[in-house]
Amino acid sequence: MTTAISVSGLVKTFGRARALDELDLAVETGEVHGFLGPNGAGKSTTIRVLLGLLRADGGEATLLGGHPWRDAVELHRRLAYVPGDVNLWPNLTGGEAIDLFAALRGGIDKRRRDELVERFQLDPSKKARTYSKGNRQKVAVVAAFASDVELYILDEPTSGLDPLMEAVFQECVREVKERGRTVLLSSHIFSEVEALCDRVSIIRQGRTVESGTLAELRHLTRTSISVETTHPIAGLLEVSGVHDAQVDTTRAKFDVDTSELDHVLRYLTRFEVRTLTSAPPSLEELFMRHYGDELAGAR
Amino acid sequence: MSAFTGTARLTRLALRRDRIQLPLWILGTVLLLWTTISATREQYPTEEDRLQALTTVAGSPAVLILRSAPTNTSEGGMLVFQILTFLALLAGFMSTLAVVRHTRQNEETGRSEMLGAMVVGRYASLTAALVTAVIANAVLAMLIALVLVGSGLGGAGAVAAGVAVGAAGVSFAGLAAVVAQAAQGARAANGMAAAAIGIAFLVRGFGDAFGEIQANGYTMDNAWPVWLSPIGWAEQVRPYAGERLWVLALPLLLFAGSVAVSFALAGRRDVGMGLIAARPGPRSAKRALLSPLGLAWRLQRGTLLGWAIGVGAMAAVVGSLSGTVEEAYRDNAKAAETIAKIGGGGTSNLVDAFFAAMMAIIGAMVAGYVVQALMRPRAEEAGGPAEAVLATATGRLRWLGSHLAVAVGGATALLLLAGLCAGLVYGLTEGDLGTHLADMTGAALVQLPAALILAGVAIAAYGLLPRLAVGLAWAAFTVSLVLGQLGDLLGLPQAVRDISPFSHVPAVPAVDATAGPLLALVAVALAFGIAGMASFRRRNLAL
Repeated sequence: MTTAISVSGLVKTFGRARALDELDLAVETGEVHGFLGPNGAGKSTTIRVLLGLLRADGGEATLLGGHPWRDAVELHRRLAYVPGDVNLWPNLTGGEAIDLFAALRGGIDKRRRDELVERFQLDPSKKARTYSKGNRQKVAVVAAFASDVELYILDEPTSGLDPLMEAVFQECVREVKERGRTVLLSSHIFSEVEALCDRVSIIRQGRTVESGTLAELRHLTRTSISVETTHPIAGLLEVSGVHDAQVDTTRAKFDVDTSELDHVLRYLTRFEVRTLTSAPPSLEELFMRHYGDELAGAR
Repeated sequence: MSAFTGTARLTRLALRRDRIQLPLWILGTVLLLWTTISATREQYPTEEDRLQALTTVAGSPAVLILRSAPTNTSEGGMLVFQILTFLALLAGFMSTLAVVRHTRQNEETGRSEMLGAMVVGRYASLTAALVTAVIANAVLAMLIALVLVGSGLGGAGAVAAGVAVGAAGVSFAGLAAVVAQAAQGARAANGMAAAAIGIAFLVRGFGDAFGEIQANGYTMDNAWPVWLSPIGWAEQVRPYAGERLWVLALPLLLFAGSVAVSFALAGRRDVGMGLIAARPGPRSAKRALLSPLGLAWRLQRGTLLGWAIGVGAMAAVVGSLSGTVEEAYRDNAKAAETIAKIGGGGTSNLVDAFFAAMMAIIGAMVAGYVVQALMRPRAEEAGGPAEAVLATATGRLRWLGSHLAVAVGGATALLLLAGLCAGLVYGLTEGDLGTHLADMTGAALVQLPAALILAGVAIAAYGLLPRLAVGLAWAAFTVSLVLGQLGDLLGLPQAVRDISPFSHVPAVPAVDATAGPLLALVAVALAFGIAGMASFRRRNLAL
């Protein structure tokens, strides 16, 4: 696999504030890559550097084999972008804005555009000043997917969409993925990222703190187990990898480090397991674990 | 809860937001007055000097349009003649910008929606904007009176002058409240309010220019158009010339009336919407829109159309005045001298000198258009769609260049239109159509290089200091205007006046144009423009 986006040690400062602090990011061609982080972590700044809208102060960034600043115009022919904050021209209609964005990018598939307008239930004859946030976002999303490009950069594209439109959006992402396109998806919606993304990067205060497939990340965290046995459970608290255990003679609830799962289960079978449910960690839990101390600190 | 709940709090918020902007407006206006006082004293130290000057200009419509009709030869009277209408003009712009800023602009940015959801009455926002404007004008009026008293020009005249200017500002605040409700958006509201101020200034100008000169040879009976304009009312208060305070009832009535209308409109209008419901538009774009230039044209054409109407009408009126001007100058040898001097010497044709002065005003209007047009890229960049556009295969130079092309093309078209309108009307009323068309078109087009310099400065400001660009570009325009058009009045040395590009425009058709200064202006404009473009290409977007 080749690399669509490769960023290492990226630094961007605004005055004294360090928005990106040696950030790393690697997105392989053909994958859908989730880009996660709390507000102000530097997601949009990273994307704007990748688009050549901001100039990096340090580090390396390569986009589709080119330099994001020097080769901006050439690269932009090969990608489509949905900004986090969609601003349109109040006196142009949605349909005009879609055609304009697609034309400026280098061309439009008219049939695909009409099909997308239909699927997203957008009224393209309305002036943009009358659109809600969700409808403005639909304009940007339709304009992006109506272009057949190699890379889609989507900055929180669904934050204003209703659940039906969210489903349509997920279909669209799957379609471009099937055609071998690459997607960088910044999002706060965990279910969306879990449903769509092959790999995720979690950033915090301008640094990458975690990167990998969801399975890999899950491996780094804990699974919740709830178990009922025939014989009273003893000594569970001393088993390595077990956390937050609540034992009530033959019942127990606890979290276990996923890497220690095997020997914990072996230990439990001594007490004759009658029922067992296990819940793999959700992305949300992963995320909260990385930011939990920040939340705690804020309290 | 009444419809006015929260007004006091919103007023404090408005004053807090304007804590730099309004004091700058007020102090700038007062500074202009203060400079004029000392310049007037230096230039016209004695009653004799003043009488001579006023007798000369009384027969010169071109000067009267820009100043006002002389009322008497006292120091105060001279000062009022020189500067009162400009002070009223500045008070007008300060007021309309403030009212639109705190009403329509708040709606566009969604701030009103947040405020409207709080314990805030339906009319609170509009009332707070008006109260803010009234406070600003009251402070301005007080400072004007204080500066006059401090300069030894005390008495009823000082108070009348201050109040007359403040009342003009307040009446424009009322008009702005109406257009803020009626217009489609803040940009349109500001445009309509500015047009109203410009029309008020010109209407009064024609009233002054074509008044009847009285037996003493320098005071005049104004023609009736003066009474149609809030700026004309400020003159008619007649500070230092038998103050007529009852005239102040007119601006106050206009204010009360427009406030009533704006409240009625606010009561039946939805937040964020204009009075005219938005109609559905095309479902897909025409080919002409689908390029950076097509987009820039689409975004700017409305502004250009508004200016074209104003400039065309002004030029047609100017063209129609040739006969009147000739008549006014016929028996006035002194005026001939003055006008010839203004025209740069070498001509005794008063009508040509009049047209040169009028074309200079049109040139300044067109420069104003250029600055406004070139601030559009900044609006597109700051919280606008420029981010998404520049993330397409649109290069930065092509994007900014498209806006520049529309602005420069628009300026050329406006000047051409002005020349054609003036020449056509002139030729049709006086005969000899071909010559007059050519002369007027030439006189209009020589104004272009000065407008180009301001375009260059605007682009340079945008490229180098985007967050300050709007203020810097308008400051450059104002300074150029003051130094170029008022430098003489303020008694500034030629070296200082030469800073303004307007000082270098030849007074065509009164004198022949020479290529040298015009080419030099174009070269300076290019240097600014290239510097701005180069730094825009290299900088971060200031989103």
